[in-house]
Amino acid sequence: MKIKGHGRFLFLLIQPLWTSARDLLPIIAVIGFFQLVVFRQALPNLGSILVGLACVVLGLSLFLIGLEKGLFPIGKTMAADFAQKGNVFWLVAFAFALGVGTTFAEPALIAIADRAEELHAMRYPSELVSDPESTNANSSKLGFSLVLRTTVAISVGVALILGVVRILKGWPIQYVIIAGYFLVILLTPFVPKEFVAIAYDSGGVTTSTITVPLTTALGVGLASSIRGRNPLLDGFGLIAFASLTPILFVLILGIFYR
Amino acid sequence: MKPLETFAITLLGTLRDVLPICVVIAFFQFVVLRRRIANLRSVLVGLGAVVLGLALFLVGLNMALFPLGSAMATQLTSPAFVSSGKVGSAEDGERQMPPWYRYYWTYLFAFAVGAGTAFAEPALIAVALKAQEVSGGTIQAWVLRIAVALGVGCGVAVGSLRLILGIPLPYLIASSYFIVMLQVRYAPKQIIPLAFDTGGVSTSTVTVPLIAALGLGLTEQIPNRDPLVDGFGMIAFAVLFPMITVMGYAQIATWRSRKSLQDQGSAETTTKRKRFSKFWR
Repeated sequence: MKIKGHGRFLFLLIQPLWTSARDLLPIIAVIGFFQLVVFRQALPNLGSILVGLACVVLGLSLFLIGLEKGLFPIGKTMAADFAQKGNVFWLVAFAFALGVGTTFAEPALIAIADRAEELHAMRYPSELVSDPESTNANSSKLGFSLVLRTTVAISVGVALILGVVRILKGWPIQYVIIAGYFLVILLTPFVPKEFVAIAYDSGGVTTSTITVPLTTALGVGLASSIRGRNPLLDGFGLIAFASLTPILFVLILGIFYR
Repeated sequence: MKPLETFAITLLGTLRDVLPICVVIAFFQFVVLRRRIANLRSVLVGLGAVVLGLALFLVGLNMALFPLGSAMATQLTSPAFVSSGKVGSAEDGERQMPPWYRYYWTYLFAFAVGAGTAFAEPALIAVALKAQEVSGGTIQAWVLRIAVALGVGCGVAVGSLRLILGIPLPYLIASSYFIVMLQVRYAPKQIIPLAFDTGGVSTSTVTVPLIAALGLGLTEQIPNRDPLVDGFGMIAFAVLFPMITVMGYAQIATWRSRKSLQDQGSAETTTKRKRFSKFWR
């Protein structure tokens, strides 16, 4: 039976609301336990935190609904189309652009990059003053956070290219990954300390809400259109690349950033 | 700043954030594939929801998740709580740090947050079911989820332990990489792409900011820690450790099934050779 009109819209809203609330539930349970049993005191600013949590749940739900209605249907059919067309150039170009675009809109990355920028601005206040562009009142928002996110976005694009080529060529994933880790360890001593931790973190931050479903669609579509590939096995692994290359690229950014 | 003003600024920012993916999709749809978008109206409504939702999420993040993380860090590391188990104002003016093992509540909290969120992560549930299917039942979905949750929990806990002990991050990361490489060599081949993916999948959009805030909060509370150098790095562990536990579980699972095969009389040498050729193929 199809639910029509407003009822249908409400139904559409409830499902993602539940999904994002479920994401928060363990956190609330753990923090509640610590406040009630371990610390035995109320949280400071409880009111504004509750309002904020409501914003998080509502925002994440709207975000998910929007993705389901808007981006995912097109993105997934396009991924499948490019995977099946057999034009390697466009396939690779699409993979790269998809990686860059999705990473740029990834909420967790925005949050972390903004936080890193705040810390950077506190550490190097002179940088903002000496920067000729800092006459713009908004320049602190256009600074480090944007550079970091652009770097990570490009790195995810490159990761998807690598991942697609791997599926096409049938390379075993472990060699590529191990080589990547060796590079990370080799590069680390040459990178300023302030960049190392952010670089290591950026790997985990990039792969969440938008990037994972779209890249999985690309990987599974590609693996199922090539004979002799197991979609479940070869389709996975794109995300593994996408959480490795950001580390490398941000480390390299650290070497050249000033 | 007024809340509405903050929201307006965030909304403008998210417009910019969503723009690249729209350009990408439009370009490939119209220029390369030369197709019209079906259901254009619903797509546009969806995009509106994405922009609005992202802005709301970011505002809520700054109101709730970041303050929560730093509030927990403050409470967990307050000198009075660490030394006596009670929260209160520290009367002794000395800023001497208690020994690292007195911070057990911090490690426990870190573990609980990491493990709890990973276990409930919807994306992980789907991946675990797929893994069960792929392995033909050798790997069980719920055990895999426990393995991942253990991994993320231990990862966050080790991250906070590192912060409190003040070990430089690269040493720990490099040695975890070393363990991962060793495991990659010996773990069953089918599990490897999955193991690498679970790490990335299990750190969700809600967990990442909270863990980051916890780490940054800890650097503020513990003397001689630099937020830029020490504050980040917890998420890196939360991504790495599930790989170790998942491959470890797969190793144990295959070892057990092989052992039961051996008990049924199949020769040990053939399985050994099989394993060997599987890796080098």
